[in-house]
Order: sequence, then structure tokens, then C-alpha cells
Amino acid sequence: MRGIVSSGGYVPYRRLQRSAVAGLLGSGGGKGTRSVASHDEDTTTMGVEAARLALRSAPGAAPTSLWFATASPAYLDKTNATAVHAALRLPGEVSALDFGGALRSGIGALGAALAGGGTTLVVLSDQRDGLPGGGDESAGGDGAAALLVAEDGPGSPVMAEYLGGASATDEFVDRWRAPGDRRSKSWEERFGETRYVPLGRSTFDRALKDAGLTPEGVDRVIVTGMHLRANKALAGKLGVAPEALADDLAATVGQTGAAHPGLVLAAVLETSRPGQVIALVHLADGAEVLLLRTTPARADWEPTRPVADQIAAAADLPYGKFLAWRGMLTPEPPRRPEPQRVSTPAAWRAEDWKYGFVGSRDRSSGAVHLPPSRVSMEGGAVDEMEPAPMADVQGTIVTSTIDRLAYSPSPPIVFAVVDFDGGGRFPVEMTDVEAEAVAIGDRVEMTFRRLYSADGIHDYFWKARPVPAAGPPTAEETG
Amino acid sequence: MGSHGIRDRVAIVGMGCTAFGEHWDRSLDDLIVDAAADTFASAGVTKEEVDAYWFGTAQSGMSGITLARPLQLENKPVTRVENYCTTGSEALRAAAYAVASGAYDVAMALGAEKVKDSGYQGLNAFPVPGDGTARTLTAAAMFSMVAPAYARKYGVDEEQLAEVLATISVKNHFNGARNPRAQFRKEVSKETVLRSPRVAGTLGVFDCAGVADGAAAAIVVRAEDAHRYTDKPLYIKALSFAAGSGSGLIDPDYDYTHFPECEVAARDAYAQAGITDPRRQLAMAEVHDCFTPTELVLMEDLGFAERGTAWKEILAGTFALDGELPVNPDGGLKSFGHPVGASGLRMFYECWLQLRGEATPERQISTDRTLALTHNLGGYPGEMVSFVSVVGTEPG
Repeated sequence: MRGIVSSGGYVPYRRLQRSAVAGLLGSGGGKGTRSVASHDEDTTTMGVEAARLALRSAPGAAPTSLWFATASPAYLDKTNATAVHAALRLPGEVSALDFGGALRSGIGALGAALAGGGTTLVVLSDQRDGLPGGGDESAGGDGAAALLVAEDGPGSPVMAEYLGGASATDEFVDRWRAPGDRRSKSWEERFGETRYVPLGRSTFDRALKDAGLTPEGVDRVIVTGMHLRANKALAGKLGVAPEALADDLAATVGQTGAAHPGLVLAAVLETSRPGQVIALVHLADGAEVLLLRTTPARADWEPTRPVADQIAAAADLPYGKFLAWRGMLTPEPPRRPEPQRVSTPAAWRAEDWKYGFVGSRDRSSGAVHLPPSRVSMEGGAVDEMEPAPMADVQGTIVTSTIDRLAYSPSPPIVFAVVDFDGGGRFPVEMTDVEAEAVAIGDRVEMTFRRLYSADGIHDYFWKARPVPAAGPPTAEETG
Repeated sequence: MGSHGIRDRVAIVGMGCTAFGEHWDRSLDDLIVDAAADTFASAGVTKEEVDAYWFGTAQSGMSGITLARPLQLENKPVTRVENYCTTGSEALRAAAYAVASGAYDVAMALGAEKVKDSGYQGLNAFPVPGDGTARTLTAAAMFSMVAPAYARKYGVDEEQLAEVLATISVKNHFNGARNPRAQFRKEVSKETVLRSPRVAGTLGVFDCAGVADGAAAAIVVRAEDAHRYTDKPLYIKALSFAAGSGSGLIDPDYDYTHFPECEVAARDAYAQAGITDPRRQLAMAEVHDCFTPTELVLMEDLGFAERGTAWKEILAGTFALDGELPVNPDGGLKSFGHPVGASGLRMFYECWLQLRGEATPERQISTDRTLALTHNLGGYPGEMVSFVSVVGTEPG
């Protein structure tokens, strides 16, 4: 049996109230909210966060490959999956590959993993832009999902078995974006709708037939894709019970592009019971359908941080700040020199520290060194260190400050001295926080972020953020 | 092994200092030439009569050539020195040791910095290629963490502490207003300090040192030769230096209410100089008031006040110009300005003026004490270098 062993969805902390768009522009926007990646996030960092959540819920699993799919890659030419691989501290033998460019690549990577072999960590991530006031800006969202796909086994109990799927491919230019452009364009809606709806229906039927299922036997149906009108029309024509249709997160998160089928699937898995059939339908340049059935192992699986909790624990972002973060508005930068590009050899030498947040612990004194040091600050022992992985260790704020002068892509810098549980201190930048709200004694956790970019090189490292109010590992009610 | 110092073996026999400020019309070379000319004249020597040179600059130039070229020094041993904001003090330390060793008869230490050409606010470190994980905070932010930590530890409420810090700023501006070489020659009120725009944490613009261009220099000779150059030499009683390991940043025991590097350097300097009660033995002190909380904590690190009491002493005026122990009678970094490589030598310059009775009358301290202290630090809490010296007018 092959299927999904674990999953994790990541929704960034910030929300744009769609009504705020009209507040500034006079029109546009709409109802509800969309998720917004922080200025220090990109598809790579969001992918890392989703993957960390999925792996934390499957402690026994060991991926043999990592597939990363996005339509908004942080790099071209250079593989983005390798930074995810480094942040997760996967062994060098684990291959890391990008599925890039198209909105279809996310569902495609998941389908290929389900149909293939080995233990594959599929990470889907996307960040959706649009021109100010436009539909894509409001309807889009940012987020990521990670799905761990494997053969059923002692270290990797499959909680959602793959029942098969179907695919349909059709060449028509409905939604497109030239390389380098921030905005997508699309053809008038009716044409796409008349293509997608029958394609979706016939592909759905074919998948069900091959799996020996009927529409009535499907407990949860997910329909995603950037053609919202087609999604809606198709959902009404699949022949499933209305209550089987899953929330597509349009009102809260928005359409997260290549990540969306994974994100909604993660949310559905988190609220599923054993023995439920889930159909995932994605419309993009054709149609993709994947069928899953939750297994008895689903009852033993607990999401690390449910998507619903992340949707609930959010903070609004002013529309002006949103535009600045998306590069649609250029605010006055701090009058400080911009950072220089990261040195590739220096970053490579420090891979475990920079990407994995691994310090060193002196075996004799126990003193934790961040960054790792060869000589101990306590007792002076030389080369008596062992690795001290700190990425998943929480800490407490000892003191903090706000730096209004230092360079930051979004000033001011909020900075805290953090004492980690079990030892170790690190003075670190805070993120996903209101500057004035940071207090001594606050609990924080580490998150993988992009500090800045210079000469096109992204500086990835870790920051601290408040531990969400819901707290770490809370078991979602699966009944 | 041990730190023995060179007490009374070397004397300062000439000093010079440019005005500090925004010298848009003067280059680094101009500042060097001016400070050097004043200093040569002060000691009554020519550049040829100086046997060796140490040149302190944090980032305005590289190599001894940066000094040798503007002064047209012909094949002299000229060495560039850099050690964060203690760069100027380090130039003097090197020159003094060179004379004490017998290697040279006459040595000059000159510190200079052209900060204002950068076009940016504050000080900016020279970029070294790295892995992108180093902190990019300003020094202001790092030092701003001292104030709340101090308040919490000693039960001082926030408003009271703000008043203490404002008092430091007001004092240093009061002193600087009486110093023709100072960058900011204007008294400020507590209200002005308290209302100034925030830079980092609770620190406002008036809690931060001025950033300036400037240069300062000293000529040192063996103590026994001193009177050949001046009737009123300053004898070097102590030169002490401590570089921290940087572990304060990652040591959970560090609480941001003291600077261990400064305590160590002070202890060593007092031992070298034979000082047992600095508050009662020193005529004055020049300390590194890069930010107001720095001066607060230094009063305790340097032994001028008991732990947890400096804030009361500051409010009581202990360190004012007419107080028991005047601190920064020249206005300090706060109002004299901070051209990084020159600041350490500028501190000696004030000792030179005050102990010889040559400060402008409105800030000349009156005392029968003969010793003065300079304290110069670089870096920030947890990762710091610290220098402490004692000079005096009486040998032995």
C-alpha cells in the first residue's frame, strides 16, 4: 500500500483584508482575507515551514527524495529544493528536485510521488501576485504544503492510501505569465470555463471508474485551480453530496496557486476520519484527479499545527505595507548601507548553522555555542563539541529592543535575546510580531526566513517568532 | 606571566587635537596634517625627530601609508592600528610600549577618522565577506538593551531611569558647550533629551554620541627625557586593555547590566597605577559615553560608584563638572563627537589640558588631585574591547 504518511500546511501569519484595497484605491478588493507572506518569506522558506510540520508528525519517516514545486521560484537555474533540503538537514544522498514554473507542477509532483516509489517528501509552495486592485491580487494567497508519500511500513504508516487517479491534458492559453513578470494575465473567463468543466468532469469519472468508485462513495471532494468560476461550476456537476465539498479556503487564505491542492488536502486530512474517500481535483491546462482513502492509521496521526489553527491565528497587514512587501510600492529605505551579498564558500562551510540552525554543545561543560565554536567558552576545551540542533527548540525572551536605524527590507528590526530551553542563548531578529508587543518572558520558536537579497543571492537564516497561542503539537479532534 | 605596566617610564610631552565635527571642507589628509602640526609644535619637535609612528583609523584608510603620505614621512616605521572604537587608544599604547622598550626615543600616536564622507547615519562597519548570519543591528540597539536590564535589576522605575540617562546627556552637553573643539556646543534641557526621536529601544537621538570627523595626536618619550620637551609632562601610570571572547552574547549568565571587559581593564589599570580608591584619587575621568546607558554602567564598572547606585550618584551630580569626580569634562563622545580612530587620543587630550590647567576657564576643573583616567571601548555588550589608562602630572 502506498500513500500519504504525513502532511503539513503552512499559512503565513499576515492577512490582507480585501476591503482595505478599495479603502486605498477606491475600488477593487472584495470580502474576506488573503494570506500574505512576510517580507522575509518566499516560496522556499514557506516550503521549509510546511515540511517541518509534516516531518514533525512523522518522526519515524526518512525521505529518500524531496520534490519542491512552485510557480514563483526564488531562483531560476539554481535548484530551490536544495535550500529546503539543507534546512531540513536531510542527508546528502536524498535527492532534491524542483518542479517549476507552471501552476500544474504542484499537483503533478504529488501525483508522480503517489504513483512512484521510495519515500518522497513533496513540498508545494506558492506566492501569488497581481496588480493593485486587480482580481489576482485579492483572490490570490501565499502558502505551502508538504506531503510525505511512502509505502506503508513500520516507520511510515500510511494514513491516506492512494487509490489511483486520472489526468487530462489540453493545450489552450487561459492563464499565462512571461518570465520576470509579477502579474499573470488570463483570457476572458467563459472560454476557460467551457474547457475546464467538461475536462474536469470526464477526468473525475475516469478516475472513479478505474478505482471502482462512484461519486456517492466519495466523502470529501477538493476542487482547486486558478479559474475560480470553472472550479465552482465543476463542483456543482460532480454528482457528489454538497456537504462533501471541502472549503477551498478562498474566503480566508486565497488561492495559493501551485500549492493550493496540497494546502487544501492538508486541511482536509487534518479533519478526516479513518475510512474516508477523498478526491482531489485540480484544473490547470487540463485536469488532474487524485483519489485517496484514509486508513485506520489516520487515527494515530496528529497534525503538528493544523491549518485551521493557522488561519485563526493571524494578524492584519495594512494594504500599503502589503504593496511595499510585494514590490508594488517603494518606501524610503533606511539611510544605511545595504547588505552585501552572501559569500558562497562561507555559506557552504556554515551550511548546518545557516540552514539547519545547528550550534555546538561542549561535551564537558554542556555549554551551547551559537554559532558553533571549536573552543568552548566554558573550560576552554578544544574540538570537544557535538552538534546542537536548535531549530525545533523553543525559548524565552530575556530582553529585547527595536532598532529603527539598522537596515531592513521592512524597518524597524525587532530584536530579542533568547534563552533556549535546555541551554543556549542567541540574540536574534524577531518576525511575525508587532514591534511594541514583545515582552520579556515571551515564548518563541525558530522559523526559517530570507533576511535579504543582494546581487540576486538570497540570504536564508533563522529568526524567532512568538509561539502561536494555540501552542505546539495540539491533537486535532479526528472524530 | 603578569601585567606589569610601564608606570612612569613613558611621558606624553606634546598633544594636538582638531575640532571635531562635520568637516565637509577638510579631507582626512587635512585633519592629519592639522593634528600633527599642533602636536609637533606642542612638543617642540619636527617630524624627522619622531622616530616611529602609530596611526589609528578604524576605516578611513589602510596601512601606515595613510599617515606617511600626507605628512611626507621618509621611510619611518609607520604602522596602522585598528581595534574598533578603541583604535586611538591602541595607537598610543603601541607608541608608549615602543618607547618603554627602548626601541625608539620619540614616538607619535595619531588617530584620525573621516566618518561624515560615508553619506549614511551613524557608524557602519567595514563589510567582511560572510555567511549572512551575523547580526546587522546598530550599536545603539545593542546598548539600548542595557537600560531596561539595569532598571529591572536595581528596581529603578522606567521614568526615573529615563531621567538619569537624560541627566548624563545634559551634563555632557553642558561640558561640551564650554569646549571650543566640541561638535555640539549647545546646552540641552532634560525635556529636549526626553522628547528626542527614538533611535533604538528607549534611546533617543540625544542618548547617542555625535558622529564626527576629527584627528588627535600625542608624542611620547622616555620619562627621564620628558622635561627636555615640556615643563608639564603627563606621566603614563597605566595602560590596560581587555578583549572579551564575545561569549557574553551567547552566555545565559550575562545580564546586560555590566561590561566585564571594562571591569577587568579597570582593575588591571588600577593595579598598575597603584590606585585603590579611584573616586577619591582621580581628578577626572574621560569615559566612552557612546550612549547614555553606557556611561551609567561604566560608573560602576570603573569603581566610581557601588553596584546599583550610579543612577543615584548621577542624579546627585557626583560626576558633573563641579562634582566630586568630573566625568567627561570635555563633553565626551556625546557632545565632543566620535571620530572613531581619534576618540581615544581626544580623551588623553582633555587630561593633558585639565591636569596642566590649560582647559578653557569655564570648564577648567579645580582640584589638587593629579591623576586622570581615560576609558575607551569598542564593540557592544557581550562582545567588547576595553581600554583604561591612568595619567598623572607627578612621577613616582
